[in-house]
Amino acid sequence: MTTSIDLNAPETDGVRLESRAWKKLKSNKSALVGCIIVTFFALLAILAPLLPIADPIATSWSAVRKAPSAAHWLGTDEIGRDILSRMIWGAQASLMAGVVSVFIAVLVGVPFGLISGYFGGWVDQAISRVADALLATPFLILAIALAAFLGPSLSNAMIAIGLSAMPIFVRLTRGQVLSVKTEDYVEGARAIGLTDFAIISRYILPNVFAPVLVQATLTVATAIIAEASLSFLGLGQQAPSPSWGSMLNVAKNFMTQAPWMAWWPGAAIFLVVLGFNLLGDGLRDALDPREG
Amino acid sequence: MLSYIARRLAIAIPTLILVSIFVFVLQKLLPGDPALVLAGEERDPQMLEFIREKYRLNDPIIYQYVYWMKAMLQGDLGVSLRTNQPVLELIGDKLPVTIQLATMAMIIAFVIGIPTGILSAVKKGTAIDYIANIVALSGLSIPNFWLGIMLILLVSVNLGWLPASGYESPFVDLGRSLKTMIMPAFVLGTALAATLMRHTRSAMLGVLKADYVRTARAKGLNETIVIIKHAFRNALLPIVTLSALLFGELLAGAVLTEQIFTIPGFGKLIVDAVFTRDYAVVQGVVMCTAAGFILMNLIADVLYFLLNPRMRASL
Repeated sequence: MTTSIDLNAPETDGVRLESRAWKKLKSNKSALVGCIIVTFFALLAILAPLLPIADPIATSWSAVRKAPSAAHWLGTDEIGRDILSRMIWGAQASLMAGVVSVFIAVLVGVPFGLISGYFGGWVDQAISRVADALLATPFLILAIALAAFLGPSLSNAMIAIGLSAMPIFVRLTRGQVLSVKTEDYVEGARAIGLTDFAIISRYILPNVFAPVLVQATLTVATAIIAEASLSFLGLGQQAPSPSWGSMLNVAKNFMTQAPWMAWWPGAAIFLVVLGFNLLGDGLRDALDPREG
Repeated sequence: MLSYIARRLAIAIPTLILVSIFVFVLQKLLPGDPALVLAGEERDPQMLEFIREKYRLNDPIIYQYVYWMKAMLQGDLGVSLRTNQPVLELIGDKLPVTIQLATMAMIIAFVIGIPTGILSAVKKGTAIDYIANIVALSGLSIPNFWLGIMLILLVSVNLGWLPASGYESPFVDLGRSLKTMIMPAFVLGTALAATLMRHTRSAMLGVLKADYVRTARAKGLNETIVIIKHAFRNALLPIVTLSALLFGELLAGAVLTEQIFTIPGFGKLIVDAVFTRDYAVVQGVVMCTAAGFILMNLIADVLYFLLNPRMRASL
């Protein structure tokens, strides 16, 4: 029952859409800028252990709160740690938090959305109401409450952010499934007796992919800000490990004496988030089949 | 109309019940004996037993939920472990501060976001449109707590124009109140302004292509009148609905903004409660936020209904 005679039609459509989308994405300058920013920070994060930089948690009492200089390009913090090094290691925490939490959200949200949209009925009602209830609590407040009850740590922050972002993916996937469920090729697949699982994975899932990818890229941006916010409040990455949010949390106490401590982490969050937003917007324009 | 509202309410109630179950379950996530956690520093076995009795921790979990819910419906959200004040009273004290902040932020967001959105749509494809879009995307990407820190650094520390923190009730000293709130409101308003601008732009772009706008232009009407009276009035619908939905974002943003500017509002209440392990307050705040958000959703639906002549006609 694996041969699908005429059912390949939507797939070739998919290929055409993909190559056209790729062309559109490449010609989109702002998406390119976003891609460069994201790649730059991703490389920094991955290569952090290999780069010739100071130990991010080594303190030095002879270099407390030194302004940027040749020895410390971005200056030092309140206990003499090198800010550049902490920034680079912090990139690891921020990007990991952003990507892992969105991964959790997609991994949980998409299957529920598929089930909800495909089967309908009381299953749909139940899943939708739970998603509504989760959406009714603002993202950050839900994440703060979860992080508070789970205990403060980077991994709990990621779980909290992931769970808070999950309902967006349930709704998105559900809507997408509803719009393709009645298409001829899905009806056809059902008519030749394919199992629900086969129909979902082969004919419905590919249609869900593009909008989920766009939403996931944009949600990484939100998740990075959420992680930074939680760490800023002391509910994310714990000392002495560096994260941009926790660096800002400390920096706000030394605003007059060492303003550079606050400059860099915020600028980095801003740039990375801008990168993901540019990339996400570009992907949306490229993958939107309605725009020629 | 009434049946429409009733239908929306019928959906809102199960949602609220589910939220209350989440909030209740949160407390079960706590590691260890909840009585020990609720007791705080207290280790007296008699006290622990009293707490177990009071919160019915010895009863099955379903009963615990029912008692908790029953109390909540009577307005009893529990008592703060730190100040011994009823949670509802605490929230009532702090909420007006946040509402003032949120209202000011919303005004700032409207003043910046809507005109830029209209301008950007009218001048689509020009340098103005391009710059407005970049500024909006930056507004969405900038972490508002960092923006707050940078503004304090510039405006309060370097220029000495505005106070860096503090709060004054507008009923005591309006001038001082506005002075302390304007910077945090701006910080909170930027992200909203960016969202509003982007939505206004896309709504306007849709409307500007419509036949009635072409007709209005063909009649030789002044372009400003066409844009404001014919186009914008029709683009307003999604913007109004969106504004009600932005309320949630506003509250979440207020958490960080209040933290930076040390404003004694709703957001600071939840953060302080988290750090003092004042779980009843955390639960109360989450519950109230969700209820508020659901209410705003309902208002958005009703507004959409009232503002949309096509839906009104279907009455």
